[in-house]
Amino acid sequence: MINNLNILYPEIFLSLSIFTILMLGVFIKKSFNLIFNLSLLILIIAIVIIFTNGSSTEKIFLDSFIRDALSNFFKILILVSSLFVLNSSKSFIKDNKLDKFEYPIIILISILGMFFMVSSNDLILFYLGLELQSLSLYILAAIDRDNLRSSESGIKYFILSALSSGLLLYGCSLLYGFTGTTNFEIISNELNKQNTGAIFAMVFILVGLAFKISAVPFHMWTPDVYEGSPTSITSYFAVVPKVAGLAVLIKFMFIPFSNILLEWQTIIIFISIASMILGAIAAIGQKNLKRLLAYSSIGHIGYALAGVATGAVTGYVSSIVYITIYVVMNIGAFSCLYLMKKDGIYKENISDLSGISKKHPLLAISFLIILFSLAGIPPLGGFFAKFYIFSSVLEQEMYTLAIIGLLSTVISAFYYLKIIKTIYFEENKLSFDLVNKTAVSGTILISCVLLVTFFLYPSFLNGIISSLFVN
Amino acid sequence: MNFPILSTLIFLPLFSSIFIFLSKSQKNNNSAIYVSLFTSIATFLLALFIWHSLDVTSAEFQFIEEKSWINDFIKFKLGVDGISILFIVLTTFIAPICIISCINSVQDRVKEFLIAILILETFMIGVFCSLDLVIFYLFFEAGLIPMFLIIGVWGGPKRVYSAFKFFLYTLLGSVLMLAAIIVIYWLTGTTDVTQIYEIKIPKEYQNILWLAFFSSFAVKMPMWPVHTWLPDAHVEAPTAGSVILAAILLKMAGYGFLRFSIPMFPIASEFFTPLIFSLSIIAIIYTSLVALMQDDMKKLIAYSSVAHMGFVTLGIFTFTKQGLEGSIFQMISHGLISAALFLCVGVLYDRLQSRSISTYGGVVNYLPKYSLFFLIFVLAGLGLPGTSGFLGEFLVLTGTFQKSYLAAMIATFGVVLGATYMLWLTKRVIFGDTNNNEIKNLKDINTLELIMLSSLGFFVIFFGFYPAPLMDTMSTSIDNLISNYQADLLLNTVKIND
Repeated sequence: MINNLNILYPEIFLSLSIFTILMLGVFIKKSFNLIFNLSLLILIIAIVIIFTNGSSTEKIFLDSFIRDALSNFFKILILVSSLFVLNSSKSFIKDNKLDKFEYPIIILISILGMFFMVSSNDLILFYLGLELQSLSLYILAAIDRDNLRSSESGIKYFILSALSSGLLLYGCSLLYGFTGTTNFEIISNELNKQNTGAIFAMVFILVGLAFKISAVPFHMWTPDVYEGSPTSITSYFAVVPKVAGLAVLIKFMFIPFSNILLEWQTIIIFISIASMILGAIAAIGQKNLKRLLAYSSIGHIGYALAGVATGAVTGYVSSIVYITIYVVMNIGAFSCLYLMKKDGIYKENISDLSGISKKHPLLAISFLIILFSLAGIPPLGGFFAKFYIFSSVLEQEMYTLAIIGLLSTVISAFYYLKIIKTIYFEENKLSFDLVNKTAVSGTILISCVLLVTFFLYPSFLNGIISSLFVN
Repeated sequence: MNFPILSTLIFLPLFSSIFIFLSKSQKNNNSAIYVSLFTSIATFLLALFIWHSLDVTSAEFQFIEEKSWINDFIKFKLGVDGISILFIVLTTFIAPICIISCINSVQDRVKEFLIAILILETFMIGVFCSLDLVIFYLFFEAGLIPMFLIIGVWGGPKRVYSAFKFFLYTLLGSVLMLAAIIVIYWLTGTTDVTQIYEIKIPKEYQNILWLAFFSSFAVKMPMWPVHTWLPDAHVEAPTAGSVILAAILLKMAGYGFLRFSIPMFPIASEFFTPLIFSLSIIAIIYTSLVALMQDDMKKLIAYSSVAHMGFVTLGIFTFTKQGLEGSIFQMISHGLISAALFLCVGVLYDRLQSRSISTYGGVVNYLPKYSLFFLIFVLAGLGLPGTSGFLGEFLVLTGTFQKSYLAAMIATFGVVLGATYMLWLTKRVIFGDTNNNEIKNLKDINTLELIMLSSLGFFVIFFGFYPAPLMDTMSTSIDNLISNYQADLLLNTVKIND
């Protein structure tokens, strides 16, 4: 029998608790509060289980599921970020009458999908995890079903994402056809440059993954979905699936495709440069904050991919450091959006922020810290994220990539500055309600403190993540 | 010495700003002003103490602090030598003056303004103390955030444009320096400046790395043709912002050339000397001519700053003792004089809300004390002997004559132009007929303004007659800089001959 089932404890716990609270939700009326709080509890318990469950490398189910320190790190990152996103969005959900009990449950299901993604060691398990996650995300995008834009964004996301999943599946089957296996490690041994068919498969898989992390040229859905979905869902989209997507991308490059580095490197470099430039330029003209953050996230994925493009362990480490700091910054940024409420309506436009530094100095300074950090200005956390990326890129002597990346940080600084200009330099128009804000301001505070104090011990994250790769 | 005295110096203003930030806001901001004034004066005294206890006969870095930081190779390393201590003292001297000046000129959001000034002071001291490239970059860039806000929040009508221009120009120059710093790290395995001096960067990399550093320093200096952000930033910034910008932020670039470009890339520095000379001379002549045509007093002084910074770069790249001493002296004295001139303009602006030269005339009849100070600083600005402005230019020109007759002659012509625009400014503002009736009702300078202007005026004249304290402090470090530089060049020619 299976004797090391214990490595699956987090997933088993998550599945069982999802079923339990689903039943609770069905049979108890007006159960949103209960389900919501239980979901937060489940997330916390899952974190504890992962911590206590050990992190030695073990495989199960014919080597298709792997538990190692790296996947544990990603799972904890996913859980912690979901916890903060959920916790800070509660009042938004209620205000917008999204308080259906399915809401937190679907988020939990997508987290379960991501767990299987980051732990997969096999094409089939990987694809199942990815689909479980994607299907949940389609529903989430359209959860405000009476709202035309939310439904539209759900449908749009579903159609485009299904297409990319199809391509990805096609890539997986090609890979199986050319190597005769679905196991990552065996694929890695079988693949070599002579295997042209497998390179086709690699391209298809890359396209599918690039779509999931919204890298250019597969980014078209991002601005519309970000703008159309309710803000609480957008903040989830902007943070958690990006972590899982990047984790899987790094995993593919690190294990199955490690022997065809030169082949995929060119593609990733192109995707990275294109994302950085488009993220920088397309965001300039945006007036809606959510849309702007969508383009900004495209740009940030470009930087993270620049670390992947090095094809070296230091590069992967820097890219994971980047996505971690990105998560902190984006949770903070979206939490700030939850505070932009006026007469019961949540504002989304940059112009609504004009001059709020006079009425709400603390909100303004939080925006200031987060936006300068997103722009990568020292001494904030975002600078160190970029520093590690460019450090690893220049280590591989990829000067063009580094120079283009650095120049696009200057361009992208422009639109972050534009928001700061609106907040600080313009005359005050609105003052926000700022009620029921304990959870939100707590989240903002944590994110700002992390970003400001990051410079005290900047090697902390890097040290942890490098040690994960040593094993 | 175990006590981390430099860290204390750097972070004292930051702690004070956190304290002000957390304290409850009151209607009158007196307590915030007292706290920040007290801290900045304490910082100044601490800097004086460091200067006093610095062993100026040694070229070694002193008060070194080293902590492991990003990893084993990038350290949080601080230290001062005879060159950097002068800039630190200048910074800490200017900061209290800025804080005093904001009592009169800033009405809106005083507390935030003081916080921005104090945070900026921390970053500026950090720039001059850091002995690690990454730390240096961190402080160098971080200064953009408070300065952007100072220009943008408290500035004039075109403040948004100026703040953006300032930020983006500087950032664009600096990101290339960041790339160069990382490349140096991978070439040498360290970003510790003193170790890089020893290791010596390979010759084939020097030119490109020098250019990357140059792109940052040239913008910050500012050198022609990337100087255009400076007049805009100066004109729109509030008085205290202009003072800090002119007195200290511009000096970071000159300091950067001395501390990084020349010792790390001696061969490239020699190679690019003609470029620097040409740009400096163009800056001296061209911006002097532009300054002549200005109607806005702040703009005129801003362009004169560009011209004076032209002398500084000229002096640095002569690699002679006179040239380097002259450059550093010029930077210190320009820090005092331009700060004072911007304060003078600020005094008039606070009273009449106009910086236009044509608004004024015959001010001497109604504001005699003010006019006295204005005249002293204008004469210092044009380099009259007996003021600190003379010595810097004189030494730079002496150094330049040893290197290139042509450059020195053209630069000397720039001194004449400097006298022209400065004296013409004085003639139109201070003397002449009073056409504007409002001037007749103006009050002369008050006690605070008297304190600010007289303390600056005292040092301008004191160093004009007795420059020894500055010269003695930097002398050994400069000798060391030159001898290392020549040794490096010699080593290179020997290699080529082999």
